[in-house]
Amino acid sequence: MTTRDGSALTRRLDRILKGHAWFVYLFFYLPILVLIVFSFNESRFFTWEALSLRWYRQMFANDNLMAALWASLQVAAVSTVISTALGTAAALALERYKRFLGKRTFDALLYLPVIIPDVTMAAMLLVFFTSLGRQLSITTIVLSHIAFNISFVSIVVRARLANLDPALEEAAADLYAGRWQAFRKITLPLIMPGVLGGALLALTLSLDDVVITQFVKGPDTLPTFVFGLIKRGVTPEINAVSTLMLTASVVLVLGSLALQRRN
Amino acid sequence: MTTAAVGIKGVTKRFGDVVAVDHIDLEIADGEFFSLLGPSGCGKTTTLRMIAGLEYPTEGSITIHGEEMGLRPPNKRPVNTVFQSYALFPHMTVTGNVAFGLQMQKISEDETRRRVGEAIDLVRLSGMENRRPGMLSGGQQQRVALARALVNRPEVLLLDEPLGALDLKLRQAMQLELKEIQREVGITFVYVTHDQEEALTMSDRIAVMNEGQLLQVAPSEEIYERPNTRFVAEFIGETNLISGTVVEPGIVKLADGRLVKARTHSGAGTAVTLNLRPEKIDLHHTEESVPEHFNKLSGTIVRRLYFGDSLFYEVDFGHSIVDAREENRPGRERFAEGAPIIAAFHPDSAEALTE
Repeated sequence: MTTRDGSALTRRLDRILKGHAWFVYLFFYLPILVLIVFSFNESRFFTWEALSLRWYRQMFANDNLMAALWASLQVAAVSTVISTALGTAAALALERYKRFLGKRTFDALLYLPVIIPDVTMAAMLLVFFTSLGRQLSITTIVLSHIAFNISFVSIVVRARLANLDPALEEAAADLYAGRWQAFRKITLPLIMPGVLGGALLALTLSLDDVVITQFVKGPDTLPTFVFGLIKRGVTPEINAVSTLMLTASVVLVLGSLALQRRN
Repeated sequence: MTTAAVGIKGVTKRFGDVVAVDHIDLEIADGEFFSLLGPSGCGKTTTLRMIAGLEYPTEGSITIHGEEMGLRPPNKRPVNTVFQSYALFPHMTVTGNVAFGLQMQKISEDETRRRVGEAIDLVRLSGMENRRPGMLSGGQQQRVALARALVNRPEVLLLDEPLGALDLKLRQAMQLELKEIQREVGITFVYVTHDQEEALTMSDRIAVMNEGQLLQVAPSEEIYERPNTRFVAEFIGETNLISGTVVEPGIVKLADGRLVKARTHSGAGTAVTLNLRPEKIDLHHTEESVPEHFNKLSGTIVRRLYFGDSLFYEVDFGHSIVDAREENRPGRERFAEGAPIIAAFHPDSAEALTE
């Protein structure tokens, strides 16, 4: 009797949990779905008129928007390359060298940008740049993005390094490889999925960032431009821009996950 | 006199406050199969890593064929290592792994191909050339690690518990094979293990280590038959340790007053421990059948265990309990639990140890 009661209860619980999961998905994705659908709507208002690429055409014709997109891509590309190199180096230093002066402090501080609120980081950077007498420009945006991306890259790369047998590098040295050769032939290929995963994450974060960029910007990036548009009222053009950004982010995040999972 | 393949002089290694290797001196001859044997943490692996250049001595010097190694990095030393975890490069094929050392040394492609082929043949992995380590069994990975090291024709091959991860049957097969390969290539092997049986069957000479110190360096047989300390006697195989006092050279008085003939190395009055292996003790019903000059001690069987190939007895001598092992052969007498017996052993089988 008890087992039948138990299994009936389990079945009901199962149904409730499944229903709940669907509800959560709906909650997450319904707004996105609405946004995507209306980006293809002919009408300016939230009533369905006809399928149209009008807002996408208007978006590509908007010079300011295109300038912002171009700025975004430049910032993302440069900050990703530099933060990936620095983040990987930091991960190697922390994972491979048992002790060096200030290691523990460095270890703790490295993750600060991940935990502190964006606004705090943004204010810090702004104060830092102005106190140096630096003109706010695309360079300050790039420097800021590098600053927070290093942390994310090194977290991802360290996870990969931690699973790497240190004896592999010793074996390479034992087999006549110099340090650089050992790194290039053994360590780097083996942590490459982590490095690429970290790079894609950095790219995504850079392309999406509003708060920090808003504080230290010279020119608008795409997210800050969209943020500016919203203040003047929602137009379906924003739906089109958002849909494009969303697609790019999803592709990058999926790519990052796939690389991190690959053996 | 030829120079030793490996010379270790006054080497000490400290990690912070911990002394891992404590002032050891050792010479390993060319072409020798030499084992470093001891419990975990005894300093054997650290010693091996210092020869490889993966650690540097805090004090002392290490030479390879007379050449001082000093602070020379591992890639500049004429030695190769088979790591305990194998440390095969997972992103390379068997061929890629075996060829790595030759490529790093800029050996020509033709020669590399030829030598890699030979090495893979030597460890009987033909047909596996294009597999990655992840697709190989433990035993096959072990062979790749061996081929990857041997292909470089090192002056000394260092092996760090290479068979530790294999199951018993495979381990025994690989022991024989390793020994065969060593004979075939004639390279000096320095072999680290905590398995005394493995060390005994494979080695020309064994160094027993404990707490960073070398306790005894001798051929396998001598290590087993003539251990120089209680630690070595107990670590290698099973044994009985019986305390007593030297009465005169060759005679030891046991704690209960009985006198036995033994191999002594110290003067009258010194406290000693007799090392007596279970298989050196013969059990008899009466004294008549015991050869003349043998020691004879009367006792009682308290326990008998059947091992198949042998019978194991615990004998109570009133004062101490001693283990005896008798081969299970036709015609051998068997003794029941509770039976009074005479335990006999040759004086040479009882070594009086002072340490």
